[in-house]
Amino acid sequence: MSDLAIRCEGVAKQYRIGQRESYRSLRDTVTHGVTAPFRRVRAALQGGNGRPANGTPTIWALEDISFEVRQGEVLGIIGRNGAGKSTLLKILSRITWPTRGSADIYGRVGSLLEVGTGFHPELTGRENVYLNGAILGMRKSEIARKFDEIVAFSEVEKFIDTPVKHFSSGMYVRLAFSVAAHLNAHVLLVDEVLAVGDARFWSKCMNKVRSLNQQGVTILLVTHSMWQVQTACRRAICLEHGKIRYDGKPTDAIGYYEGLLKTTDGQEDPVLASAPDQAGMASAGAESIVDFRVQPLGEWSPEGKPLSDSGMRIAFAAKLQPRSEVKLLIRVTSPTGLPYFSALSDPVHADSNGSIHCESCIQKLMLMPGQYLLFAALCSVEDSRNMLTAESIPFEVEGPGCTNEALFWNQVDWKIRDAMETGGRA
Amino acid sequence: MATLSGEAWRVDPEMAAAAPAAALPHVAIRPARGWTGLNLGELWQYRELLLFLIWRDIKVRYKQTALGAAWAILQPVFSMVVFSLFFGRLAKVPSDGIPYPVFAYCALLPWQLFAHALAESSNSVVANERLITKVYFPRLVIPIAGVLAGLVDFAIAFSVLIFLMLRYGIVPTWTIATLPLFVLLAILTALAVGLWLSALNVQYRDVRYTVGFLTQIWLFLSPVAYPSSLVPERWRPLYGLNPMAGVVEGFRWALVGKTPAPGAMLAVSVAVVLLLLVGGLFYFRRMENSFADVI
Repeated sequence: MSDLAIRCEGVAKQYRIGQRESYRSLRDTVTHGVTAPFRRVRAALQGGNGRPANGTPTIWALEDISFEVRQGEVLGIIGRNGAGKSTLLKILSRITWPTRGSADIYGRVGSLLEVGTGFHPELTGRENVYLNGAILGMRKSEIARKFDEIVAFSEVEKFIDTPVKHFSSGMYVRLAFSVAAHLNAHVLLVDEVLAVGDARFWSKCMNKVRSLNQQGVTILLVTHSMWQVQTACRRAICLEHGKIRYDGKPTDAIGYYEGLLKTTDGQEDPVLASAPDQAGMASAGAESIVDFRVQPLGEWSPEGKPLSDSGMRIAFAAKLQPRSEVKLLIRVTSPTGLPYFSALSDPVHADSNGSIHCESCIQKLMLMPGQYLLFAALCSVEDSRNMLTAESIPFEVEGPGCTNEALFWNQVDWKIRDAMETGGRA
Repeated sequence: MATLSGEAWRVDPEMAAAAPAAALPHVAIRPARGWTGLNLGELWQYRELLLFLIWRDIKVRYKQTALGAAWAILQPVFSMVVFSLFFGRLAKVPSDGIPYPVFAYCALLPWQLFAHALAESSNSVVANERLITKVYFPRLVIPIAGVLAGLVDFAIAFSVLIFLMLRYGIVPTWTIATLPLFVLLAILTALAVGLWLSALNVQYRDVRYTVGFLTQIWLFLSPVAYPSSLVPERWRPLYGLNPMAGVVEGFRWALVGKTPAPGAMLAVSVAVVLLLLVGGLFYFRRMENSFADVI
């Protein structure tokens, strides 16, 4: 199959329990080595196969993982802590080796298991860009060519010649993510690193991931953010106890995962909501949102930011299969993706060119001052939880107070009699 | 009138045209099975990373120190002074007709190079734990970078030797042309031992305590404070089993040219280093499969 990006066949990984937590001391090994023959003899007498009957306890972090990813796909991997998500990514990144099975990756692999791997606090931002780039597998000439772009993306131009130990943590991750985002990879393995920076930068990172994907980059995304899975992925795998329990539509994988969260360890796993289904991905990558913009409605601040009682006019165009039917979704979320409100349109059809023009108005935002993300998305008509594509814009609501005080703002007219004004006649 | 709009992304021309699968590099991931090849070709592909890691180590080494690179000079110079005073003046250790300070400094130069390189490389894998558990690259890059970063200190300390030789009026002969070979031998000795120790260090942190002790003993086993001519002639090839004996005597011969060429002893030293090095490379490659799991 020529458009294959990743193929895993029966990948399994066994760990010795405790091996990861502590290192052995030479003395232990020596005593172990000295007593080994005796244990072996005893085991043989007991009818064992020569290996110690009660050998080192082991666990299978991954068992029989098989899946294929096509080029240009965005695959989300979800699962509870310890389900084996990171182990899988480590095997695909060639950091650790599988105990059994095989995996093949076609294309240059970029893995982002951590933001800023190899950053040295004493080196300047500029030096770290080069060092980190080299560590991630870029050539020096390639880094030099992209240097300005990397720095511009990170927005730390002013401090680029300052040692990164003087950076704020936000600046640090922004610079680190920028280097990684400019890696020329065909296959990108990403582990939870997108939870970086402030709202605006988060949105920028997500958009970058989407744009990389539009350029044909295959992406494997390990995440705990269901919102990320919904907006960025076309397909998701849910892992549990080192096995693939669900492989198919993101919404169904999320449903399965949420079922898992309700059960506790040892209880029976939830029944599959539906059989793995990949038919829904037939039109993968065909939809996109373009010309996404926001304009004031009502009164905005002089700085061009909306106020709590301002309105917002949202316009975007959607590109999709000619004559196909979708629902449009507008959603406002917190910087981390917690939804505040959503509005879903009735089903609409694209014209013969495959485009839809949409304009929508929110009369009053009713949001407390603070940072937000505005999402526009195309959803499937059959199941509106199934997002075909999404795009986001960060925005800030201005005014006194902040989001910490409350989730929503509302207009309140006060009618109170002030004792001082009435002269204290009572 | 404010308008916010989504970021427009420039499409990278290299990425825009997705290459056909046939042209794409293929990464095959298979279970690790015991001994593997050295894969030096891949190491060559990552030569830029090697240079960057060396550059980082050099750049960072004397950051936030008051004396900075002067440390590279202070250590061998003070050792030389102490050696000259106690071994040269008081104990009257023979020095093959070379002024004792020059005699000692000629030996301390490769010794310090070796000792630092050994300490750096044997600790290198554990010190770069974050890299090992987060990014793929040929692991051999790490101990090699650890060894090579010491060359800058060596070059700085070397300037003092030029001053010393001028002071004692010693003019080097043609033999100085062979010096790079002995520098190489010192580096390879440190790498050979460093490979074993750095791989062992991942599993047994005992190595951390061993290295300092080992270097100390090794110093006295090497002809740094005394000439190898103290060792009876027929035992000298055996003495060469300590590769640093060959290195140190080679340095003296190359720099001052008064001592006899360390023939048989040197040959033994080179053979030992090559054996240790090849063994170390294969051992390291075998152990690196489990680095990320054990470290």
